[in-house]
Amino acid sequence: MPSTMASPMIHARDVHKRFAAVEVLKGVSLAVGKGEVVAVIGPSGSGKSTFLRCLNHLETINRGSIDIEGETLVATGADGVCRYSPDADIRRICRKMGMVFQHFNLFPHLTVLQNIIEAPITVKGLRRDEILPKAETLLRKVGLLDKQASYPSRLSGGQKQRVAIARALAMEPDIMLFDEPTSALDPELTGEVLRTIRELAEEHMTMLVVTHEMAFAREVASRVVFMDGGEILEARSAKELFAAPEHPRTRAFLENML
Amino acid sequence: MDYVIEIMAPLIEGTGVTLQVFLISFVLAVPLGLVLALVRISRFVVLSGLVNGYIWLMRGTPLMLQMLFIYFALPFVPVIGVRLPDFPAAIVAFVLNYAAYFAEIFRAGIQSIDRGQYEGARVLGLSYPQTMRRIVLPQVLKRILPPMSNETITLVKDTSLIYVLAMNDLLRAARGIVQRDFTTTPFVVAAAFYLVMTLVLTLGFQHLERKYAVYDG
Repeated sequence: MPSTMASPMIHARDVHKRFAAVEVLKGVSLAVGKGEVVAVIGPSGSGKSTFLRCLNHLETINRGSIDIEGETLVATGADGVCRYSPDADIRRICRKMGMVFQHFNLFPHLTVLQNIIEAPITVKGLRRDEILPKAETLLRKVGLLDKQASYPSRLSGGQKQRVAIARALAMEPDIMLFDEPTSALDPELTGEVLRTIRELAEEHMTMLVVTHEMAFAREVASRVVFMDGGEILEARSAKELFAAPEHPRTRAFLENML
Repeated sequence: MDYVIEIMAPLIEGTGVTLQVFLISFVLAVPLGLVLALVRISRFVVLSGLVNGYIWLMRGTPLMLQMLFIYFALPFVPVIGVRLPDFPAAIVAFVLNYAAYFAEIFRAGIQSIDRGQYEGARVLGLSYPQTMRRIVLPQVLKRILPPMSNETITLVKDTSLIYVLAMNDLLRAARGIVQRDFTTTPFVVAAAFYLVMTLVLTLGFQHLERKYAVYDG
């Protein structure tokens, strides 16, 4: 287990999030070290996806603080007021994180290759020929070099998700966030996506993976976080948590899943 | 047949007026409609409300009335009052009116784009303007082709309203000949002219739809 907790890549403290009257996150704290792979598991509606989405500001939190690589995304002062950093800082900080969604969110009007080079060109201002070698390397890595001229609608779910991973990696993030990356896939297609994520783990990419794939969490994650009812009930090494869950609700959940 | 050839010249001249009014109005109304739609969906509540009111006004009153107002009444309006010659007055009326309709088409198109597209763009670092320009609007364009085709064809036919400003468009030219020669043949010829124009547009839009059919969604 990495011992870089002194300067965590992600440091969330006491994160609260409300949707109207419903409190979805009730004070979630989590630190993720460099190179760590943290799996977030828990029943539907436990707030795990919302927590992930708070980290890169797809959702706005109501209380608490989030630091990314030591930089403040949002902080809550002693007065209890939650303050976000200026927009320019938010954009810069959030660019350190890549994200992969349950429903891929590929751009349907762009080919596979165009999907991958769009952000490097538009956001980073790279020329096409500057990013092409990298794009091809990534496509080869996810095994889809031969699909580069295809439109996303021609791909299977597993292929789409692998393109989405390559697209996120093209921006060279330090952290990858996965929001149930295999939940929309047919069972026989989850393997190819999980394999790609596992390869990233082997390259020591810092990752936070919200997942229902218990076997994957057990094998790949350095730590597993169990969330329920908007709280983290347990966060331990994968081996420990699966072998001997401490919290009764963790135990009940795991018994249901396995 | 000789008669048809004989009346061709004035009808072609009228078609020229019709086409000019149509093309200029279309080219100006589409971008204005897009701007209106973007303001309408923006978070600037006051501006959005103003655009909403504008669309209500433009859709809620007859186009002919708007044209008559701009030509006859605008000169007497304080501050913005200007006297426009007939051709610019007609263009202004068409642009203001059609931009309202185009705005609603754009708005429907933009709002039909899945939220995931915005999120996908955002996590890659694209700004809102970049997301609109590179991700959302290209997809909107494909989706709004059928309603845009409808409105565009309607615009061709609506240009005949400029007769109220005594402008010699295709229909007014035809009517002039009908009244002079006591025959309805010019109407039939004018109808054929309109059909050719709308056929060209229909084919053009079908071509675009086929072009965008390379991708689904």
